Amino acid sequence: MRLHGTHIKLTERSLYSVDVKMSVELDVFVGNTTIMDKEVYQLWLNGYTVNDAVKVRIEGGVMEECEASAEVLLSDTMDQYRTFQMCERLLHHPAKLANQLLFQIPPDRQAMLIERYYAFDDSFVREVLGKKLSKGTKKDLDDVSIKTGITLKSCRRQFDNFKRVFKVVEELKGPLVENIRQHFLLPDQLARDYAAIVFFANHRFETGKKKLQYLTFQDFAFCAGQLINNWTVGAVDNMMEDMDVDLDKEFLQDLKDLKILITDKDLLDQHKNLVCTALRGKTNVFNEMEANFKNLSRGLVNIAAKLINAKDVRDFFIDLVEKFIEPCRSDKLTSIDVNLYLTHYTNSAHILDTFKHHAVWTRYMGVIKSCILRMYHD
Amino acid sequence: MPGRLKAKIVAGRHLPVMDRASDLTDAFVEVKFGNTTFKTDVYPKSLNPQWNSEWFKFEVDDEDLQDEPLQITVLDHDTYSANDAIGKVYIDIDPLLCSEAATVISGWLPIYDTIHGIRGEINVLVKVDLFNDLNRFRQSSCGVKFFCTTSIPRCYRAIMVHGFVEELVVNEDPEYQWIDRIRTPRASNEARQRLIFLMSGELQRKIGLKVLEMGGNAVVGYLQCFDLEGESGLVVRAIGTACTLEKMSTFPATATHPNNSSPSKDMKEPGFGEEAPGVPLSSGPPTPLRAQTFSSFSPSKSYSRQSSSSDTELSLTPKTVGIFLCPSTPALESESSPLPSAHLPLHLRPRMASRSTTPPPLHVSQSDSAMLRKSVSFSEELLLAVSGMGSGGSAGKEAGPLKALLKQQTQSALEQREYPFFTLTIFPPGFLLHVGGVVSARSVKLLDRIHNPDEPETRDAWWEEIRQEIKSHAKALGCHAVVGYSESTSICEEVCILSASGTAAILSSRFMQDGPLDTEHRLSQQPLCVFSAGSERVEGDMGSSASLGFEEVVSPGCGFCHIPYDELNIPFPAQLTYCYCCRRYKVPDVLFTTIDLPTEANVTGKGCLIQARLCRTKKKAQGEGNAMAISNLLPFLEYELHTQLMNKLKLRGMNALFGLRIQISVGETMLLGLASATGVYLTALPSPGGIQIAGKTPSDITYEQHISNMQKKINDTITKNKEQYEINPPEVVEEIIGSPIPEPRQRSRLFRSHSESSDEVSEIDLSHGKKDAFVLEIDDTDAVEDIHALLTDSPTPAGFYSCNTEIMPGIQNWTSAIQMFTSVRVFRLNANLTNQGLNKIFSDLCENLLKSLYFKLRSMVPCCLCHLNFTVAIPEDELIQVAVTAVAMSFDKEQTLENGKRSGEKTLIKAITENDEQLQFNLELNAETSSPNPLGSPKGLSEVGSHPSARAPSVDYSSFADRCSSWIEQLKLKAHTIRRGSVKTTSSMEKASPLPEGRSRSLRSNRSYSGSSVAVVKMTPLSFIPGAKIIKYLGIINMFFIRETSSLREEGGVSGFLHTFIAEVFAMVRAHVAALGGNAVVSYSMKECVFMENPNKNQAQCLINVSGDAVIFVRESELELTSVQPQSATTQTSNGGEGT
Repeated sequence: MRLHGTHIKLTERSLYSVDVKMSVELDVFVGNTTIMDKEVYQLWLNGYTVNDAVKVRIEGGVMEECEASAEVLLSDTMDQYRTFQMCERLLHHPAKLANQLLFQIPPDRQAMLIERYYAFDDSFVREVLGKKLSKGTKKDLDDVSIKTGITLKSCRRQFDNFKRVFKVVEELKGPLVENIRQHFLLPDQLARDYAAIVFFANHRFETGKKKLQYLTFQDFAFCAGQLINNWTVGAVDNMMEDMDVDLDKEFLQDLKDLKILITDKDLLDQHKNLVCTALRGKTNVFNEMEANFKNLSRGLVNIAAKLINAKDVRDFFIDLVEKFIEPCRSDKLTSIDVNLYLTHYTNSAHILDTFKHHAVWTRYMGVIKSCILRMYHD
Repeated sequence: MPGRLKAKIVAGRHLPVMDRASDLTDAFVEVKFGNTTFKTDVYPKSLNPQWNSEWFKFEVDDEDLQDEPLQITVLDHDTYSANDAIGKVYIDIDPLLCSEAATVISGWLPIYDTIHGIRGEINVLVKVDLFNDLNRFRQSSCGVKFFCTTSIPRCYRAIMVHGFVEELVVNEDPEYQWIDRIRTPRASNEARQRLIFLMSGELQRKIGLKVLEMGGNAVVGYLQCFDLEGESGLVVRAIGTACTLEKMSTFPATATHPNNSSPSKDMKEPGFGEEAPGVPLSSGPPTPLRAQTFSSFSPSKSYSRQSSSSDTELSLTPKTVGIFLCPSTPALESESSPLPSAHLPLHLRPRMASRSTTPPPLHVSQSDSAMLRKSVSFSEELLLAVSGMGSGGSAGKEAGPLKALLKQQTQSALEQREYPFFTLTIFPPGFLLHVGGVVSARSVKLLDRIHNPDEPETRDAWWEEIRQEIKSHAKALGCHAVVGYSESTSICEEVCILSASGTAAILSSRFMQDGPLDTEHRLSQQPLCVFSAGSERVEGDMGSSASLGFEEVVSPGCGFCHIPYDELNIPFPAQLTYCYCCRRYKVPDVLFTTIDLPTEANVTGKGCLIQARLCRTKKKAQGEGNAMAISNLLPFLEYELHTQLMNKLKLRGMNALFGLRIQISVGETMLLGLASATGVYLTALPSPGGIQIAGKTPSDITYEQHISNMQKKINDTITKNKEQYEINPPEVVEEIIGSPIPEPRQRSRLFRSHSESSDEVSEIDLSHGKKDAFVLEIDDTDAVEDIHALLTDSPTPAGFYSCNTEIMPGIQNWTSAIQMFTSVRVFRLNANLTNQGLNKIFSDLCENLLKSLYFKLRSMVPCCLCHLNFTVAIPEDELIQVAVTAVAMSFDKEQTLENGKRSGEKTLIKAITENDEQLQFNLELNAETSSPNPLGSPKGLSEVGSHPSARAPSVDYSSFADRCSSWIEQLKLKAHTIRRGSVKTTSSMEKASPLPEGRSRSLRSNRSYSGSSVAVVKMTPLSFIPGAKIIKYLGIINMFFIRETSSLREEGGVSGFLHTFIAEVFAMVRAHVAALGGNAVVSYSMKECVFMENPNKNQAQCLINVSGDAVIFVRESELELTSVQPQSATTQTSNGGEGT
């Protein structure tokens, strides 16, 4: 027999020792329907080691509930972990999970496995949002792990998920969210979140600056949704070959024309008058608004004019905060005030005689307004 | 050229990347059958190739069709170097050879490589066209149906049960051939896989031939095993029960006559015509039934067998160790005996004698010495017997079968050596009359190289020997048959332990008679049948004439408990009492059996799994000395296992064991014994006494206290167990059941007066009243150990039940949630241990494994682990491997609690109803007709209620005239069918000629089953699926896989490796079942799981053999709509049954 050789005992080979006299070398359980415990799955996803997972389970009281011993729990946990590891390769291509033959898993379980595998921690994603999904970033994940308190293993899984989705979607045509949903069989909300992550990674939006720290992932995800739906190629023409990861170049070019709103002195004054007339008496921070009008307007229009440069696109959010949100905040505007201001600011421009770029203005300000309103909080 | 095999390669998917440069694969497929190979085109640069090949046609003999698998190899085309193999698919085409099974194989099958595991899937279509074959003496047995199920398959009924069939084939193990040194592991593994496929096919074909010779058309309880004997070779052996089955049709109008579906008629008449009188089913008065085992071999071979066997066979003093596991209370020592009466041969005898404090009753010692005599004479007999019967593994192609048959006929007339064995564990109602007890035999052999694979006579002779012993044991128990029979081996280096066990029983002759229309046979058998009925009467069962009185009282629920042996000549000491159900016949105090609990049995409370575990060290030794040492240890092992079982049974307050399976495994330095069974409380048997601890030195007070503490613990446990298993036997049985017959005892004595036992009855009666407690002596170190073992068994957690039988008494309302699983553990013993230490460890690890299972399956609560099948092995020194396969089934708790009783009754009625329906069919068939309408005659109905055993031929003839008209109709129908068949197909065998419409219909249904994504395939070790009805058996699944790795660590260590492999095996079984058009595997079992590792080389290898029956099932809820009519008929039948 090929396998019969001299046998040397290797202590580290045993899975666990029951007592001094006996150790378990091999311990497997295979069900015709693959048994997966949701709780253990979550512990595995969270990157717990087997021993830590067992501790958590013991604390959770599952032992008393089922008259089990720590040893039984250990055996079960190891077994489940192994099952998950074997499934992991399939989870990388969720569509395969449905027509693979190795594991017989009911459809609702499959959906659960996928959804949880692709779920991520907001605190983690906040750290890597807008960063290049490269090996370099992956190397820095241990810092992220320390900072967020999320295990490195879990960080790596989440990062790899982002990267995998990014790679697949990058080469696909058609609507981003739909592509993600179909390829990774994710629920709608999760697909949207992934779209945001991909979008941010693609444009390398700066999200890490101190001034942006107060923003949550969901804030950014919302903004990304706005940008995807309004500023990309797919937004205007979904028959286009290109997909909606990239911003509409033509639109960005057109945005330069908006500069007239601040370069033309008459236009600027006219605009200010119109807005002030509309606002008067409707808010108790009217004076501050009136005083700051030119500043704010310059800020917003300058952002628009610069977006043609990829480098300035990255600073989109920091610019919004610095040029608009911060001044408003120092004037103690409430978000209702901001809403009022932006509404009239947008609408008044259409009344200006010499202003011709109504379509671009609407497309631009619609997104800016909803982004600012979403970002306008403490 | 009686067959054409057609295969079409459709597509592949999920193929591995074979070309690193392009990350793609240029795949093509080789399709090989026998020596013919076809190739598809190369489908370049794809991981999901679409070959859509033409139909590859192989024109082959049906013999080859049975033996060979279709071999599909997927390769990666390489222009410059040799093509790389991606993997293989072996397709067993046997299911396609039987018209009642599958018609096409179509679906996605995993591509398997022995080194890499599953590597993608391939979509294939396989069909077989069978042609007319007029040669009646051919070597093939196409069309014989095989079932792993150890009962009559659900959608069939048994026309006749012919009896035991066995066969074995041997070959060199490719792994040990010289060429193995130079070929790759992959080539070696594939050679082995292919060889085993071939051998299994050949074995099945040969068994099929035997079945045809016997006039049957099916093998039920087919059990095939491998013995990997290492250097000495590879043995594939199989046993089974030959039957004539008839498919039950839902609509009576389509019911065909049994002979329509049976090839036996065509086959038999020319072959057996002149010898018909010489083939009696019943050979004489003492044995009303005879299983026919026709083995065909040439005489010259049988002689050579004799000589060669004496050459190679090592004769050890206790060459075979036989033990009666007929439980009983210690009658040898009526006061303080720790010994149950295991019947031990020779050397154990003195020990027992020295312990006995009172002289044993006279008749016991008599029977004892009789037994001794018997075993002595038996071994003499053996030498003669070697030349007798045996599986003609060599039933040569060269020898003319007719000649062989003639020879064998005369031979069998000379020395009737048949085995009345049945591998069945569940029986048609009325088939099993009485159960004697467990009979088992073991034998230690030294393996020697099998010199000529064509003549496996040594192995044959070994089994021969064991079977003879089993047969004689059964005889000693007054039984003429052995049911629940199985055989197994354990091999360590050159030592091999052969084991066989079964349950001695008396069966009804009803299913032994030949087919109704076979006039020739009927005439020859008729007198014999009558005779056999008479002989039954002598043996304690009321024959036809006495049947009236019998029927009234004996419910089928207790009949099987009544002792089959003569009270006077009890082969072992036992306490007999009158049956607690009918109060008329004697029953033993405890009953051990290897069969399943009969559905009609009256059981109090629920059952539970009971295990006895034992570990014994032994010295390392070689050759003969080793074999000697082992065979000396065996009886002690068996005895102690038996004691443990007995103690644990009593501790649970139960009195019977079902499904007993004792496995003894041999290693270099130890022997492992594991006995598993399901304990129940049979209402018919007396309530077991408690367990009493007695100390022999009562001087010390602390010691006394210790004893009383223990006693209290034990008593508490018994009370707790009784509560848990709901064992509350009715206190006053006599008044309820005894009332119809005022003096049951007297009455029965009257009946008994046929035998000479009448004087002794009163004497035994005296012992009946006092239920002596089972006494354990604490002074005995063994007993201390026993007590500890008793108390360390932890109770099953709340909501769980467990058993190793098919059904759990007391639970009926199963939900459809089932979960089959396999769990394997390997333990390393780290220290040199004493026997006791070893025992504790072994016991603990079994307990822990069970606990783990309960924990894993906690989401299914309330649930029952059914068919818990433990297999132990000693793969290496200091390693113990335990493998468990079972199914967890949920049941509805609400119902159990609230109206459990009613629902229970309902199910029971339903079960009875089904049985009755079946029964009636049988009755009618025996009366020369198969009436298309189950309610055809009111007389048939009235018979339903009668006790099945009471049925005698005369009863049937009384209603014969009534049914004549329907019979004529039947004949017409039959003629019509035949005509139609002959027009549509060229086949002479009706069964092998599927009607075209039937074929297309099932093809459609296949489609619907293999829907869009992966079809769900259920797997269960049971023969049924709760809440569903099996509508079709598609054929046997028998698969053998080898997996090897040289990167063990990278694959997740041994656990990762085996986990993947088992999952892959499941996946392949499911895929093949789905491809046959099925949606479940029943009677699934993992018969072999040999795991070897060499961590230093980072290597591991594992062999797995699984089997089962592929079926199509339909949920009962779906069925209800379509089958209102048959159901109403069923209800009526049940009413009739209840009324009588």
